[in-house]
Amino acid sequence: MYQYTEFDRAFVQARADQYRDQLSRWQAGQLPEDEFRPLRLQNGWYVQRYAPMLRVAVPYGELSSAQLRVLAKIARDYDQPQPELLRAAQAKQDLLGPVQSGERAISSKLSAGYGHFTTRQNVQYNWIPLDKSADVMDLLASVNMHGIQTSGNCIRNITSDELAGIAVDEIADPRPFGEILRQWSTLHPEFAFLPRKFKIAISGALEDRAATAWHDVGLYLIRNAEGELGFKVQVGGGMGRTPVIGSVIREFLPWHQVMNYIEAIVRVYNRYGRRDNIYKARIKILVKAEGQRYIDDVEAEYQQIMDHDGGPHTITQAELDRVTACFVPPALNCDHKSAQAKIANILRAAAEDDIEFGRWLKQNVRAHKNPDLRAVTLSFKRMGQAPGDATADQLAVAAELAEQFSAGEVRVTHDQNLLLPWVACDQLPELWRAARKAGFAKPNIRLLTDMIACPGGDFCSLANARSIPIAEAITERYQDMDELHDLGEIDLHISGCINSCGHHHSGHIGILGVDKDGLEWYQVSLGGADGSTLSGAAVPGKVVGPSFSASEVPEVIEAVLETYRQQRETGETFIATLRRVGMEPYKAAAKAARLPAAV
Amino acid sequence: MKLLTTNEHQEAGLQPTAVQLANDANPLSLPLTGVERIDLHFPKFTDGRAYSQAFLLRRRREFKGEIRATGDVLVDQLAQMQRSGFDVAVMRADQPLALAERVLANNPGFGVGRYQGDAVQVAPHFALTDAHGAG
Repeated sequence: MYQYTEFDRAFVQARADQYRDQLSRWQAGQLPEDEFRPLRLQNGWYVQRYAPMLRVAVPYGELSSAQLRVLAKIARDYDQPQPELLRAAQAKQDLLGPVQSGERAISSKLSAGYGHFTTRQNVQYNWIPLDKSADVMDLLASVNMHGIQTSGNCIRNITSDELAGIAVDEIADPRPFGEILRQWSTLHPEFAFLPRKFKIAISGALEDRAATAWHDVGLYLIRNAEGELGFKVQVGGGMGRTPVIGSVIREFLPWHQVMNYIEAIVRVYNRYGRRDNIYKARIKILVKAEGQRYIDDVEAEYQQIMDHDGGPHTITQAELDRVTACFVPPALNCDHKSAQAKIANILRAAAEDDIEFGRWLKQNVRAHKNPDLRAVTLSFKRMGQAPGDATADQLAVAAELAEQFSAGEVRVTHDQNLLLPWVACDQLPELWRAARKAGFAKPNIRLLTDMIACPGGDFCSLANARSIPIAEAITERYQDMDELHDLGEIDLHISGCINSCGHHHSGHIGILGVDKDGLEWYQVSLGGADGSTLSGAAVPGKVVGPSFSASEVPEVIEAVLETYRQQRETGETFIATLRRVGMEPYKAAAKAARLPAAV
Repeated sequence: MKLLTTNEHQEAGLQPTAVQLANDANPLSLPLTGVERIDLHFPKFTDGRAYSQAFLLRRRREFKGEIRATGDVLVDQLAQMQRSGFDVAVMRADQPLALAERVLANNPGFGVGRYQGDAVQVAPHFALTDAHGAG
């Protein structure tokens, strides 16, 4: 992991001190709410449906066990609303009524004391009172963490591949560049008030596991014909009400110029991006409207930065070396013979273990650049907990597992789980037992129930509809592991509104909450892709028809999956079948699944 | 950075050597001959266009005169303004000057240092520490 220097540490603490001063001026009435809001947002503090929400930055998803313990402490000690507030909020959620899923009524159950993993690899809390916010920032700063630029119209936390630095298909490790860009973007004076938020993702492997093409700027590490390292640069991707896949603006940019080039991209956007309409303010709209003219402007600005300004942000080899030295893999190895014997032992054991362990090896364990090691995903998708939610105790147990099995490091994944990146292959059986005991060993990674969902209408003030009861209804229906594995790998993504935090556009199956006359309705879309090998090139899904009532959604999902089972050829995935046969049979099935009362 | 009250700014008026540049105008085509002061405008403090204008005037045009921030100028954005090339700020009428001085000095960019280069200190932190051989 990146090792903070004295400067880095002092900077984070100074930012926490600055926030405390701003908070106290707001509390004293010296800083009006409208003027405090952008300041707290740029420290990760929102005010949501019932309470403030904190988004903690996890740069490129990497966390140490010490950081995870502090996140657990925050969940335990600070994610605690006053009982009256929780009661009042629950009463208001009760008014929305349950989501009827067949015979079962699924109600909102607001709970506190949790952290929540987001699709952009950050961690959120739902209940911390604002008057405790400065204390939480100090606590975070004690382990080099913060909420800098996790919200607001600025350059947000930079995300990457959960397998960065360990993937077998890696061209180059994106983490040093992620860190260098994190530093460059941190409190950039010129870019604190852009027209709208600005998200960067970096991928360094053949497979895109970071939904890179869906970002305002997508960076792909590549090598050119001469074998030199550089970036393919895409610009103008984004979700929201106008889903757009980024356009290639540079086929090859030498690695040391990436900051100078992004400075040009952002400066042109800052000057010409629309500010008159929040829905047209993202860079994707500017790129669409201006096309080649935008690209020409960026190239001209880049030339000026290089020729006139002297390319001040050219990355030196010394700086790349300094940062890269922080990402040296831990010295670990594995006794292959004993690993095979242990694995064989478990496979010979009780029949139930046999199946479960085998499935876990298949779904939750992945190959590693170092053949002695494996990457293991801990599943945070289970009955009774919202997707990506982790209690204080679960966070603390995950910290222990990281220490015991993964050189003290975890990654937050885009799919809202935790990944242990440094597991020795002879420790897999022990890790499986420990993870099973902790409830993290569900072998459902990349399967239907490993769904992405935003907090939705249970917490978020922007949401049009709830996500969590819908997620629960679907999770409950697909508890049979034989059935789940038979359905195979499927991306199911749920967003409670068009802001698309639940990435519904990129789901093979997407569910979007919409408001109709003050009631919760849902649009179902099919065929979206995040850009992974399974999903194919990034593309937004297509809506199957008019929106459905909440209680129709589980029926529609079941009908769509049943159609897949009827249509598939041997070994064919959901997304491949859909692409081969087209939307029509799925549309018909979804239509037939409408409940009579709602027709 | 020199801070002015709205009154001080208005009473002095606009000298012939001073120009006002709208925040959607192009600073790269502004004639600079004889110009000693350029007033840039923040219609709302959340509109960040004037930061890029100031940067381009300072770095690209190498304008050495005064760049003055006007409009919705609040204490919590002064550090960004100074780093982008402004050297004078006209505080919105309700903004206390003493507070502005304190907030500016305590900004992480001034109290501790800055990661990225800007209009004032061109080299980023890593380039400065590279030269001194320290991390």
